[in-house]
Amino acid sequence: MTKWLEENTPKLVLAPSFIIVLIFVYGFIAWTAWVSLTRSRLLPKYEIDGFIQYDRLFASPRWDTAFTNLFVFGFLFIVIAMILGLILAILLDQNIRTEGAIRTIYLYPMALSMIVTGTAWKWILNPGLGLEATVRGWGFETFTFDWLVNPEMAIYTIVIAAIWQSSGFVMALFLAGLRSVDQEIIKAAQVDGIPTWRVYTAIIIPSMAPIFLSAFIVLSHLAIKSFDLVIALTGGGPGYATDLPATYMYAMAFSRGDIGQAASSAMIMMMVVFAIVVPYLYSELRSKDG
Amino acid sequence: MKTHVMGAVSGLAIVVASAAVAEPQAEVLHYWTSGGEAKSVAVLQEEFAENGGTWTDMPVAGGGGDAAGTALRARVLAGNAPTAAQIKGPAIQEWYEEGVLADISAVAEANNWADVLPASIAGHMQCDGTWCAAPVNVHRVDWIWANAEVLAANGIAMPTTWDEFNAAAEQLQAAGIIPLAHGGQAWQDATVFEAVALGILGPDGFQKAFVELDTDTLTSDEMKAVFDQMRTMRGFVDSNFSGRDWNLATAMVMNGEAAFQIMGDWAKGEFMAAGQVPGEDFLCASTPGEGFLYNVDSFAMFEVDGEEKQQGQALLAELVVGQNFQEVFNLNKGSIPARTDVALDAFDSCAILSAEDMAASNDSGSLLPSYAHGMALRGAQSGAITDVVTAHFNSDMSSDDAVQMLADAIANSL
Repeated sequence: MTKWLEENTPKLVLAPSFIIVLIFVYGFIAWTAWVSLTRSRLLPKYEIDGFIQYDRLFASPRWDTAFTNLFVFGFLFIVIAMILGLILAILLDQNIRTEGAIRTIYLYPMALSMIVTGTAWKWILNPGLGLEATVRGWGFETFTFDWLVNPEMAIYTIVIAAIWQSSGFVMALFLAGLRSVDQEIIKAAQVDGIPTWRVYTAIIIPSMAPIFLSAFIVLSHLAIKSFDLVIALTGGGPGYATDLPATYMYAMAFSRGDIGQAASSAMIMMMVVFAIVVPYLYSELRSKDG
Repeated sequence: MKTHVMGAVSGLAIVVASAAVAEPQAEVLHYWTSGGEAKSVAVLQEEFAENGGTWTDMPVAGGGGDAAGTALRARVLAGNAPTAAQIKGPAIQEWYEEGVLADISAVAEANNWADVLPASIAGHMQCDGTWCAAPVNVHRVDWIWANAEVLAANGIAMPTTWDEFNAAAEQLQAAGIIPLAHGGQAWQDATVFEAVALGILGPDGFQKAFVELDTDTLTSDEMKAVFDQMRTMRGFVDSNFSGRDWNLATAMVMNGEAAFQIMGDWAKGEFMAAGQVPGEDFLCASTPGEGFLYNVDSFAMFEVDGEEKQQGQALLAELVVGQNFQEVFNLNKGSIPARTDVALDAFDSCAILSAEDMAASNDSGSLLPSYAHGMALRGAQSGAITDVVTAHFNSDMSSDDAVQMLADAIANSL
């Protein structure tokens, strides 16, 4: 009996969470997939009707905008947040005196909710209240910074706010990575008279590849599920110029009573996530086997 | 024979007794949570309690009813529907088709709803010939509000055609006043759009376009003219309008920063709350053109078990459409009574104008549902139209492209 318990305790302990995940994650993914193949409107229906919802989705100009925005926002957000985070981390790594305080300051935005970030930036970027009005108040009458109300540029204001929020976090990740590089190698390089920038580009950064991957995964899932920032900053506007797939799905499911359409957009979002995560998992698992 | 009578009498006694014992109960899901609205719904609660009922309040704030809709859906799917829920427009019929609404025809017929409600509004309350919802109020959507002082200073009268409006706006712009206070949110764009559409297409055209979704009307030259007028009006809006809430736009009219606002009569509540007097400080008029666009709040009754709840439902329905509640509630809310036989002595001049116009347009067949406020179409269709309207208003899209996009969006939403 004790032997049986010994052998099976891990399984018994894990079983409840396994079952819960199975039902509430994978079960509901399957449910959403099913509903996305039906003509559900106000309430879910279960008669399968082919890919009608996906046809509607791809015929919708609003979805087009939302999907394009996802790539514009995701690409700029991930790349710029990583570059900024890396630069901040390298600068902080120079043994400066008040590192602790500065690190905390840069990390703080991460402690705010996206709603707060979005609202604060909404006021900063509002042409009549924020930056533009202030600079004009200083006497530069022709200064214009109206990205927030310009449908062509509004998506970039979301990029700005998201980078402000997340680059401190990326900095902390990279700083930990920089510190974990073997000091012996760096010292050896310095003894050989190699300039600092070469030490970074040739030794430290290449040895941080796993950190880049983690940062990329964290940022990309933040980008794909971005919702509250858009709601607080632009409300999807002007028009629907800053819609993202998550806000599109919300509008369809909760404002318009078009559940089938919402389910199909959710499935597409999930496929985008899989496209990013599956190669990562594959490489992780393979490297462990080898 | 004698036993028959006895039987009938005792039977009656049992009915009366059980009616006296069973206390009417109602659990009411609604989204009237802001100041004036909460006060209005408290009136109903009091009246319900006075009639011996027990009211369970279930307010769900947020999202202009989206959150309440989600809560309702969860309750209905779980088989635990509330007694009554605040639902409006074609959503009533949509819920009816799910087979969850109760029949309140007995109350409606006993209280003569068919005679006291305007025909087109009564139509919204009926599902396949039975009554399934009770109307609370009528908001008029096609209002234009103005700052009286600004108009007087510039010698401008309330516009009666869109050309007059454009001329007035250009004059105001030259005088350094923002002609049109507007908030760049999709539903506000849609509100202005439907007022313009009613003016330019006329009541028949509006009916064809936004109720019947007639493709020829949607792609007609008149519809292009509607979009052209929207483009013109985009020029009358200040550059800072994106995302502005409607009440901030109303405040701009109040303090004279802007001259006009096109908004439903909830805007009146803002003026009144600031102590302004209709006709003196601010002016109200219907937007240029004929017709009346209504936004009617209503309670739909759900199929519930238990005599107490069914009695609560009947009592609630009776009170909601009762004269007293219709008067008190609408005085608080700024709307007008849905029934046409309520004395209007206590109402302000804008409300009286609204009630007169409603009666007149009911006679002439131009009493029409607001598409922007979910009265004319189901969510997917009205949403599809709003997407096009807001995309056009916030870009440099041509009106030819806009009508094409409109027709495509409608086809894609069906």
